[in-house]
Amino acid sequence: MTVTITVNGTQHTHSVEPRLLLIHYLREHLSLTGSHIGCETSLCGACTVELNGKAVKSCSIFAVQCNGAQVTTIEGLATGDRLHRVQEAFWNEHGAQCGFCTPGMVMVSKQILDRNPDPTEAEIRHGLEGNLCRCTGYQHIVKAVQAAARVRA
Amino acid sequence: MATPSITKLEPFIGKRIRRKEDPRLITGTATYVDDLQLPGMHFAVVVRSPHGAARIKSVDIAAAAAMKGVAMVLTGRDVADLACVPCGASLPGLRVPEHRLLAQDRVYYVGHPVAVVVATDRYIAKDAAEAVEVDYEVLQAVADPEKALAPGAPAVHPQWPDNTAFTFHQEGGDIEKAFAEADVVVKQRITSQRLIPSPLETRGCVAQWHAAEKSLTLHTSTQVPHLVRSLLAQMLGLDENRVRVVAPEVGGGFGCKLNLYAEEALTSHVAMKLGKPIKWIESRRENFLTTIHGRGHVDYYEVAAKKDGTILGIKVKIIQDLGSYHQLLGPAIPTLSVLMIPGLYRAKSMCADVVGVFTNCVPTDAYRGAGRPEATHGIERMVDILAAELKMDPAELRLKNFVRNEEFPFPTATGLIYDTGDYAAPLRKAMETVNYTELRKQQADARKHGKLMGIGMSTYGEICAFGPSPATPAGGWESATVKIEPSGKVTVMTGVSPHGQGEETTFSQITADHLGVPFEDVLVQHGDTAIVQYGIGTFGSRATAVGGPALYYAIQELIIKIKKFGAMLLESDDVSYANGQCTCAKTGKSVSIKEIAGAAYRAMKLPANTEPGLVATYFWEPTNFTFPFGAHIMVAEVDPGTGAIDIKRYVAIDDCGNLINPLVVDGQVHGGVAQGLGQALWEQAVYDDNAQLVSGEFMDYTMPRAHMMPWIESGHTITPTPVNPLGVKGVGEAGTIGASPAAVSAVVDALSPLGVRHIDMPMTPEKIWRLILSKTTGSNA
Repeated sequence: MTVTITVNGTQHTHSVEPRLLLIHYLREHLSLTGSHIGCETSLCGACTVELNGKAVKSCSIFAVQCNGAQVTTIEGLATGDRLHRVQEAFWNEHGAQCGFCTPGMVMVSKQILDRNPDPTEAEIRHGLEGNLCRCTGYQHIVKAVQAAARVRA
Repeated sequence: MATPSITKLEPFIGKRIRRKEDPRLITGTATYVDDLQLPGMHFAVVVRSPHGAARIKSVDIAAAAAMKGVAMVLTGRDVADLACVPCGASLPGLRVPEHRLLAQDRVYYVGHPVAVVVATDRYIAKDAAEAVEVDYEVLQAVADPEKALAPGAPAVHPQWPDNTAFTFHQEGGDIEKAFAEADVVVKQRITSQRLIPSPLETRGCVAQWHAAEKSLTLHTSTQVPHLVRSLLAQMLGLDENRVRVVAPEVGGGFGCKLNLYAEEALTSHVAMKLGKPIKWIESRRENFLTTIHGRGHVDYYEVAAKKDGTILGIKVKIIQDLGSYHQLLGPAIPTLSVLMIPGLYRAKSMCADVVGVFTNCVPTDAYRGAGRPEATHGIERMVDILAAELKMDPAELRLKNFVRNEEFPFPTATGLIYDTGDYAAPLRKAMETVNYTELRKQQADARKHGKLMGIGMSTYGEICAFGPSPATPAGGWESATVKIEPSGKVTVMTGVSPHGQGEETTFSQITADHLGVPFEDVLVQHGDTAIVQYGIGTFGSRATAVGGPALYYAIQELIIKIKKFGAMLLESDDVSYANGQCTCAKTGKSVSIKEIAGAAYRAMKLPANTEPGLVATYFWEPTNFTFPFGAHIMVAEVDPGTGAIDIKRYVAIDDCGNLINPLVVDGQVHGGVAQGLGQALWEQAVYDDNAQLVSGEFMDYTMPRAHMMPWIESGHTITPTPVNPLGVKGVGEAGTIGASPAAVSAVVDALSPLGVRHIDMPMTPEKIWRLILSKTTGSNA
């Protein structure tokens, strides 16, 4: 099947197998390897990207379902050398250790703030609930979201 | 040459500096193993046993091999001549089963590799793996280590019907006398359940064979690239210097990537046979089933004490669930538990008996803490139980039994020499942080109102900085090379292999301070055996505590050479080196490191007996382990209606010696506590009676998520170790070791009015609810 998907502002058209997952499309057809595969069952969130402005787990959606859609991946967040405020906050607050969950965490953190610019700690933790991290104990990730909220866009 | 203008540089050590690693991680531009794409690369998928124990009657690969895009299918007989997966643990009388790359005539656990399928892409390889038909005769399996030891249990390996891989005995002091003189003896069965390490990146590797050079490149998600290289070369019969192992960005390890796995050798073997680059990436389901698990203890403790609380002796029987095979270190792990049995206490007598048991489960091996969490959990639970028996405050009992400050270096009953400590300090600090006296009053009030509030504590010790070579299976030293490039920039190559711990940053801090160069000028390289001199790797809280001193001494050697060039350029014998400048004491003139580097590489003129260039390599052998310690306090409330545990406060005071980067240290403590609380409250690898793993997905294996974690109030006391010149002890495992006993202590304390003395982990709401019900109504709902 042929799909046309706009990823990080660039339109791509490919012929793909109907069963091709969005994450494999991004990683293997577009070489955008920033989004990671941690479980393939939508439970870890390492593959989180934005689909038409909403955070989705790209391991649990087919590329063909995204025909005509706008997708933003971790590679699309920074503007040139200028990091997105959430990326900057993850750096300042030591929100990443091994980094494998980080792209998904950054994407979901952005989503939390897009929906609620001034979240409480409990709201942040609730928003991060679908993403697993094994390294940080989440505390520095929570602090990063709080710090990014203070910066505002 | 500049006139003197030496300003003291701001020190970097001790500062909360954001990490050098992070720009690539937060932008998605880091390269993990699955991100590698090579021309002509094929994809391997492993066919695995669905049974815990079975005889393989036949394997039919015809349908799979005939599929379009399939390049190769191998089964057990194709690899029967290849060497086995190595076990590096050496214990007297250890039974080591032949661990072939693919199952031969039997499978021993669910997930056991039976065949490998290689195809042009991962979807085809998975389809073809489904088409491999294996005919099994299912046999009786055993998953529970105590059941495996019972007479008549199914034999995991038919040649060893008692399922015993080894027994191990260690004794210190006079245990008979200790128990004979005791006023009180407390006994308890304590388990440390099997856990699944679960780094967010599963295992995976890419193997590339260069036929003309007879050389192999393996990119693999590992903590120990050099060990993998040595072991793999032996297994495949290759020259070690023609095997290049690269640990690219590694997405977490926690001990489970401190190993050489069958799939790494199998992928390499297939690459050599096929002449194509081969990628194998473990699925999450495979990770649950086939990457090593941790813990797996059933322990029987007895502690003898005087009625004033003085602990005289500790006896323990440890039943270690080893699984069906030995991976690299599995059988050695419970011997580390034995070493740590006395904890922070002065008890002079101990006795431990370990039995290593085969079960039809995936092997156990090192998981964050590796043997020490099990021991600490045991002794800390026993101290609480003793306090309850003697009606003493658990903090008071601990303070009474701690090794005293003037007793260091302290020889333990298990033969260790504790380096240094002030064991009361973190406990006192933690108690002040929560206002312990006031908290006990609040608890008394809460109890009057029927609330189940608990205050729990643990005071833990650790064996870190693995370690002196005689005490380790493969050498315990570490290496570092420091190069000053002709431009004056500094490249550090470390033998440790960071995968989240942040040594690119902390080692830059050490280099900036001790070599006197700008932090930004330092580049730290690691993880590639073609770039870095031989090293041991990252595990056992050793990277900064052994790799750091290696770096320090390499810098000292380099400074000797820098001063020779400085003396030559300044035409003086009396020069000093500080802050990146050599200065002549007499004239006050100085030359910068950049000028010296230029001269050392241009080599128009050389100091006497000095070769060009500015490079130093140091292999540092530690004289002892380090022994960090600390105290954790958890305050919790239990809901009697649901059994849910609400963590009100969590305080972690750790003493890991000097802190290179407190921001990074906090991160290590938080992550460690999360894994310790994970064990205490939620996580458990559950095998059913057929040895099926029923907690084999993130859906069923409850790893902590953001909303489940309390805010961790972390702090430090600082007692630098004399074992190394940096005074650092290691902190990677501290949080994990301290957390599980503190959590159980808090919940047991909350339920103590109901007569509860001990609870085994994980303390799920269901378990707590049933416990409350049985204690209040006598019902076993």
